[in-house]
Amino acid sequence: MLDLDMSPYGAFVWPAWTISAAVLAALAARVLLAARRWSADLKRLEADRTEA
Amino acid sequence: MFGLANPDRFLRFTHPLMPVVWTLAVVLLAAGTWLAFTAPEDFRQGDTVRIMFVHVPAASVGLGIYLALGVSSFFALVFRHPLADAAARAAALPGAAFTALALVTGSLWGKPMWGAWWVWGDARLMSELVLLLFYIGYMALRASIDDETRAARAAAVLGLVGLVNLPIIKFSVDWWNTLHQPASLLRADGPSVTADILAPLLTSMAAWAVFFLAVWLTAIRTEIIRRRVLSIRARRAQEA
Repeated sequence: MLDLDMSPYGAFVWPAWTISAAVLAALAARVLLAARRWSADLKRLEADRTEA
Repeated sequence: MFGLANPDRFLRFTHPLMPVVWTLAVVLLAAGTWLAFTAPEDFRQGDTVRIMFVHVPAASVGLGIYLALGVSSFFALVFRHPLADAAARAAALPGAAFTALALVTGSLWGKPMWGAWWVWGDARLMSELVLLLFYIGYMALRASIDDETRAARAAAVLGLVGLVNLPIIKFSVDWWNTLHQPASLLRADGPSVTADILAPLLTSMAAWAVFFLAVWLTAIRTEIIRRRVLSIRARRAQEA
């Protein structure tokens, strides 16, 4: 049974979960964006080399 | 296994694994969250027990990440292998983030249960704080040296020194009289938590571990590609 009523501890439980979710999302976003950026840079450089 | 230490082979081997690991991480995180909010509240701690499902995974995986960083540092230092250095470097930020989360969520759990956000002098809290400082020191040291080879060697030495702190964290609750509760899972007489709490806890720990694996592998792959890009750019700059 789903229980979302955290009273009287909502002020402690929800921030713990919210901060954790935000940090995990930020870590995932950062690493995936960096992967996309460097992969695109490498492809561009290799394409330049092929053309040259 | 050692064949994977070749960066090209590592990229080829991990390429098809990445969508699987990321999907597994998302599914396990969703399952862990569902189980965490369907588990019964603790008869003593009430709903604050739900903080445990983020606090314990953050702390235990944060500790495990440092072990990965230390072992990678050893291989980087002894065998001077670039993949080992990339692995150590890629572990530092998620490790710091997980350890910071363990401290913050522990503080949010400590206030209603102990009546204090933080207890200076508590061995578990202080050794966990030292772990965070090792992570920050590792990243700061790497960032402070321009020459990447020298930065990698200096950081690897620091990474190895930090390994000493891991048993101190694990056994701090046994060696000293602390406010922090003793181990509930890894005990000689088996876990001390009930099955309806154990299932969401183990699922959450698996979820955080697989999430780290996804972040780590992606970051190692990116580090290999970044070094290739920088090397091509440097070569072209020399040719020009």
